[in-house]
Amino acid sequence: MIRLPKTLILAAVLPAMSLAERYPEAQAIVSVGGPITEIIYALGEEDRLVARDTTSLFPAAAQDLPDVGYMRALSAEGVLSVGPDLIIARSTSGPAEALEQLRGAAVPIVFVEDGFTAEAVTASVATVGEALGVEEKAAALIAEIEAGFATLAEGNAATDDPVRVLFAISVEGGRLNAAGRGTGADGIIALAGGVNVMAESFEGYKLINDEAVILAAPDVIVMMEGRGDHSGGGVEVLALPAVSLTPAGENGHFITISGDALGFGPRTPALASDLRAQLDTARGKD
Amino acid sequence: MAMLDMFQSGVIRQRQTGDRRNIARLLTFCLSGLLGLAVLFSLGWGAASDTDVLGALFGAGDASVRDRTIIWDIRLPRVLIGALVGAALAVSGAIMQGLFRNPLADPGLVGVSAGAGFGAVAAIVLGSAAPLWLQAFAGPYLVSFAAFIGGWVTAVLLYRVATRHGRTSVATMLLAGIALAAFTSALTGLLVYYADADELRDVTFWQLGSVAGANWQKFWSAAPLIVACLIVAPFMARSLNALALGEAAASHMGIRVQLMKRVAILTVACSVGASVAITGGIGFVGIVVPHLLRLVQGPDHKGLLINAALLGAIMLLLADAISRTIIAPAELPIGIITAVIGGPFFLWILMRNRALVDL
Repeated sequence: MIRLPKTLILAAVLPAMSLAERYPEAQAIVSVGGPITEIIYALGEEDRLVARDTTSLFPAAAQDLPDVGYMRALSAEGVLSVGPDLIIARSTSGPAEALEQLRGAAVPIVFVEDGFTAEAVTASVATVGEALGVEEKAAALIAEIEAGFATLAEGNAATDDPVRVLFAISVEGGRLNAAGRGTGADGIIALAGGVNVMAESFEGYKLINDEAVILAAPDVIVMMEGRGDHSGGGVEVLALPAVSLTPAGENGHFITISGDALGFGPRTPALASDLRAQLDTARGKD
Repeated sequence: MAMLDMFQSGVIRQRQTGDRRNIARLLTFCLSGLLGLAVLFSLGWGAASDTDVLGALFGAGDASVRDRTIIWDIRLPRVLIGALVGAALAVSGAIMQGLFRNPLADPGLVGVSAGAGFGAVAAIVLGSAAPLWLQAFAGPYLVSFAAFIGGWVTAVLLYRVATRHGRTSVATMLLAGIALAAFTSALTGLLVYYADADELRDVTFWQLGSVAGANWQKFWSAAPLIVACLIVAPFMARSLNALALGEAAASHMGIRVQLMKRVAILTVACSVGASVAITGGIGFVGIVVPHLLRLVQGPDHKGLLINAALLGAIMLLLADAISRTIIAPAELPIGIITAVIGGPFFLWILMRNRALVDL
């Protein structure tokens, strides 16, 4: 009931404007998806948030907001109970039925496309900025993020021998659950100037065969902080028979990165440059 | 609990006279009333506690769009689906226990649950790769659709395997059911291996069951089938009672045993298939409800089937009310609630009535 006239007015009054949705007057926003919450905070618009989803953990202040559940298992009534006038959600949010019911309740939903590239980050900042009606702030944030990515790209271009990286999300029964292409880990490795050794082999995260690890010959094993590094420095992981036969195992090259690096948002350039610094140190060059 | 004690003393008294039909009738009366209360309670209770329930239900326009959506498009279909699915699962459980003459039988035994699980997981994992005509046809209901087909195919397969020379062997069905369940769960495991992180979460949530996605389309797609099964079920009572004496005795009593088996399996496959398709895996209702009732009113299927429908509906409505408010505005999958509350409660009943649990 609210959404239709607004679209009509926008179409009639501002024909030059893009068709993307703008809700500058929205004051009770539900943010669904960690990166989206981060962008809203980075834009300084956090006062307009009334709730977040389970995956929105950064910044820590966001955790004080009511939690409407996991982004792929939203409940329409739960979301409506916080009285939202706008929902900004990752495009992979669901289930479809809940989103349909929210639309039925006349709450506009703006979807933000997921992606694990520099372009995806700036595009999502632009979408969120437009939805909030703060295009200028968004442009400034985008410029800042792009500068970060540009610095990274310059550094990467200077290296002719990229580090071969194997990212393991977990170790299960002595086997590595490694990141293939189309994952946040794959994206951050590329931005940090590394080569994901499993990118050619498969998509998503898979438990991989010991011999595949040896053949891939990674220079460095990367894991998330708090996973697999209980003994510090990844001693257990590096001691796995398969890993010990790789350059990473032989030279003891194991590093951990923040789990936040796997979700792409405003901090991605900084997290990628952290990873690159660690990769460089691990390889003993600077 | 006072009511339970009253029933228990009634049970013991009636045990001496051997006739518990009155208890069953009294229970039907009480449960009908309780179901009415549970429906009203479910409609009025939710995460959005400021909803103007009466205004949205009866008011002619003073309630907001939001309140009307919450009542008419979110809570009402959800309450109706919850009640229907609870009834379907409990009645199917009672029928299966009667048919297999085994207190451990549950609706899953006809293979529907395992098959439906496989269908749903296949749709979740392979959904985006499905042919376009199928996606266009099933749309967002691809998972429900695939679950229903999966459940049906396994039920038919199991029936065929267990039927030779026009006679269905219940024992073969039980064993073949276990084999088929192992096979489909292995296939499900294979799909899970290929699933990405998001799909894995979806699979987990589906397996825990939820009434959260309830809407009118889902209600209308499942309700006719479930209601038809609930209407047919009480007519099986006499045959199920006779079957308790054994197949030979039942057929001497004039029961057409093979026809009865066919109807029972068809009913269970339809109602459970439709239920699982729209709500995912909700465990425990099919086992707990019939047993609770047998403790109170005895094994006579006449009152049992009707009361199981009522109590099953009440149980699922209450579990759903908890599931959507306990961690509001988020929601806990209902399968967790039914098992976490149902399990210990059932154990407690068993321990209090060890002497009476003799099926």
